[in-house]
Amino acid sequence: MTAVAAHTDHHDDHHHAPHGLKRWLFSTNHKDIGTLYLWFSFAMFMVGGLMALVIRAELMYPGLQVVDPEFFNQMTTVHGLVMVFGAVMPATVGLANWMIPLMIGAPDMALPRMNNWSFWILPFAFTILISAVLMSAFGEGNPSAPNFGWTFYAPLSTKYGPASTDLFILSVHMMGISSIMGAINVIVTVLNMRAPGMTMMKMPLFVWTWLITAFLLVAVMPVLAGAVTMMLTDRHFGTSFFSAAGGGDPVLFQHIFWFFGHPEVYIMILPSFGIVSAIIPTFARKHLFGYASMVYATASIALLSFVVWAHHMFTVGMPLAGTLFFMYMTMLISVPTGVKVFNWVATMWRGSITFELPMKWALAFVVLFTCGGLSGLMLAMTPVDFQYHDTYFVVAHFHYVLVSGAIFSIFAAAYYWLPKWSGVMPNTFLGELHFWNSLLSVNLLFFPMHFVGLAGMPRRYADYALQFADYNYWVSIGAFWFGLSQILFVIVCVLCAMKKGQKAPAAPWEGAEGLEWTVPSPAPFHTFDTPPVVK
Amino acid sequence: MAEHNSSKYYVPESSPWPILGSIGLFLIAIGAANFIQQSTEFGQNTLRNTGDLGGWILITGVLVIIATMFMWWRDTIRESITGLHNAQLGNSYRQGMIWFIFSEVMFFGILFGAMFYARWLIIPWLAGEGNNAMTHELLWPDFQAMWPLTTTPDGRTTQAMGAWGLPAINTAILLASSLTLTIAHHALITGERGKLILFQGITVLLGMSFLFLQVEEYIHAYQDLGLTLEAGIYGSMFFFLTGFHGIHVTMGTIMLTIMFFRILKGHFSKDNHFAYEAAAWYWHFVDVVWLFLYVCVYWL
Ligand code: HEM
Ligand SMILES: [Cu+2]
Repeated sequence: MTAVAAHTDHHDDHHHAPHGLKRWLFSTNHKDIGTLYLWFSFAMFMVGGLMALVIRAELMYPGLQVVDPEFFNQMTTVHGLVMVFGAVMPATVGLANWMIPLMIGAPDMALPRMNNWSFWILPFAFTILISAVLMSAFGEGNPSAPNFGWTFYAPLSTKYGPASTDLFILSVHMMGISSIMGAINVIVTVLNMRAPGMTMMKMPLFVWTWLITAFLLVAVMPVLAGAVTMMLTDRHFGTSFFSAAGGGDPVLFQHIFWFFGHPEVYIMILPSFGIVSAIIPTFARKHLFGYASMVYATASIALLSFVVWAHHMFTVGMPLAGTLFFMYMTMLISVPTGVKVFNWVATMWRGSITFELPMKWALAFVVLFTCGGLSGLMLAMTPVDFQYHDTYFVVAHFHYVLVSGAIFSIFAAAYYWLPKWSGVMPNTFLGELHFWNSLLSVNLLFFPMHFVGLAGMPRRYADYALQFADYNYWVSIGAFWFGLSQILFVIVCVLCAMKKGQKAPAAPWEGAEGLEWTVPSPAPFHTFDTPPVVK
Repeated sequence: MAEHNSSKYYVPESSPWPILGSIGLFLIAIGAANFIQQSTEFGQNTLRNTGDLGGWILITGVLVIIATMFMWWRDTIRESITGLHNAQLGNSYRQGMIWFIFSEVMFFGILFGAMFYARWLIIPWLAGEGNNAMTHELLWPDFQAMWPLTTTPDGRTTQAMGAWGLPAINTAILLASSLTLTIAHHALITGERGKLILFQGITVLLGMSFLFLQVEEYIHAYQDLGLTLEAGIYGSMFFFLTGFHGIHVTMGTIMLTIMFFRILKGHFSKDNHFAYEAAAWYWHFVDVVWLFLYVCVYWL
């Protein structure tokens, strides 16, 4: 019934939308491509999640019981790669695709065909990467999948890398091509496609944070491409980039990797900052506190992120001056990060807050992301990092910022904009269950990791000393609880996609501002064919 | 910028070419992985023996990509000629190209960065500088720091590539080509067709002669100097920097050749020649990279 109603209401929907498989394969429509990105990243979230559960099943008890250590290493590696490149990044690109043209009043992305290409490279790239895991699990002789950690340090990935490393290298090349094209598209769209009157300093913060994210992507994805290419030639053509015997250095690999890697973590979190900066003002019914300072803070985080990379390498034996430089720079980054947290809190100060689902997720984000930021500060201190490095403390740190940070904010975005995408409100009952279960389980899952890490439990091992057994048991319980909770989110999304639920008005959230709420829900196939005028 | 939105922004109808391009990349990736493993020595670690299947998949992938580019650009050119593009779209293309070149700058940037890291840090450290006296003493006590690194820690030797001779000639060629290209571009704007064709042709020829001499130089390096990919970090850096530059010159030459034929077909007008401009920018970029290369790799 509602589906029919939605269709007759907005018959635009029918006018241009092509049908069937071609609609998705050949699409040049930012909304369809955004939808593809979002579903793809969701699928990858499930795949990566299953791998995480294999890891936690093995670590539930000390000793070896579920998988052999070799396969365990492959799981930690591919879990990380899939989550970073397959789940978080494409999800934020999907949000950018859907929301940026709507937010700035543009008819579409600036380069629609290239947009399609950016997306459709990804399924192929991940087919290659995941095929390595399938071969390892089921293939004759179990040839190993990549097993050197998501950071693929040389010489583990060069001299000692399994044959599938080459598949991994080329799939990373493909992901890089996809990301660079996607990022160029975002930059050009934002700089060139804004509606009349939409000046830079009037843009919603989500657009700003994505603009800066896209800049980071264009800057560092080529660096990653350089790193994997050097690996490829070191493996097969006798070059000596990462081999000391020929005058190279394995540590050079770490420098190059983290020169990409640290900006990469901001690539994953900056869009989240934008999401939260959209949601909190809506439900606090106040304007965002300190808009301009948010923009400058984002920009300075991005610039500083180029000069902190070696905080991942405090223990490799850098000269003292280098170590100190990277320590202070890293601490400096928490200043603009602090500005952001302060502004979110100040936005809520004396607001008339209501706690709809998106707001719940956003609040959880602010608190738990700050937790992760604080453990980051601890790690930033060189002398103590000597103790924490490569322990579960680091794992706790980056899962707080990535899971209860980036991923929670993506959930927030989904609950916030699903009405706009699908035309129906997400089911509140299931949504509440999803939120509370995720919130509790994520802390059971990751908080005890701080303790075992401080007590010295190393990361990336299939087994551990008996003293860590109790905490690990509860961590694994948390992991399965968190994993199962996500099934609720699958149901919420499928219900919305099937248009089952309460019909959404054009502006379902009372306090929301922005151009995206001026178009009907679901947003018609083409919007802003003639640009709106922003005053 | 967006204020003068006189005509509607052109959003193309759906297009089959991008996904064809993805399939092409997919074939290239699996083909290349397989081909490299089959054709290089790789210990006990190879995937199953597939003969030269990988090579064929790779070639198919490359052909698919070429076909994609051809079809895709044919569509774009048609749209441009039928006047579907407005000034705003032109801006999108220009900005897109600029950011693409920026990503290339970062790619070369990291290669140069790696070279200086090797030269200024790794090699002195391997020779015992800083707190590395024991590393030196225990691993390779005979190793001496130098650049170009003609004797590696494990004792491989090579000769360095001199800066004069071929590389100097190549520098002159590339600089000249940037000049002739600018003359051609200017002629396009002032509408002097004969001059445009002449100088565009000269630019393409200069590009090709650069590539020819580069190949000569590589042959010289391999046969006379013992400078190979296996010759330690100096050889690795040398071939990576000059090799990737050479690949870019090849792409640039192909682009300029396509532009040459499009000029003959009369595709460009005084104020509608984005593709030409993009190719020209690319060429100048490649030229600038070479100058850095010449100074940092050959000379210093
Ligand atoms: C206040 C801000 C932050 C500081 C000071 C900080 C500091 C650090 C430090 C020093 C490490 C290295 C620990 C070690 O290996 O010994 C680290 C690791 C890591 N951080 Fe952060 N961080 C911050 C925010 C973030 C954010 C926002 C993200 C991502 C969204 C992030 C993701 C990561 C990841 C993925 C790793 C681990 C990489 C690995 O070794 O696998 N961090 N952080
Ligand atoms: Cu970092």
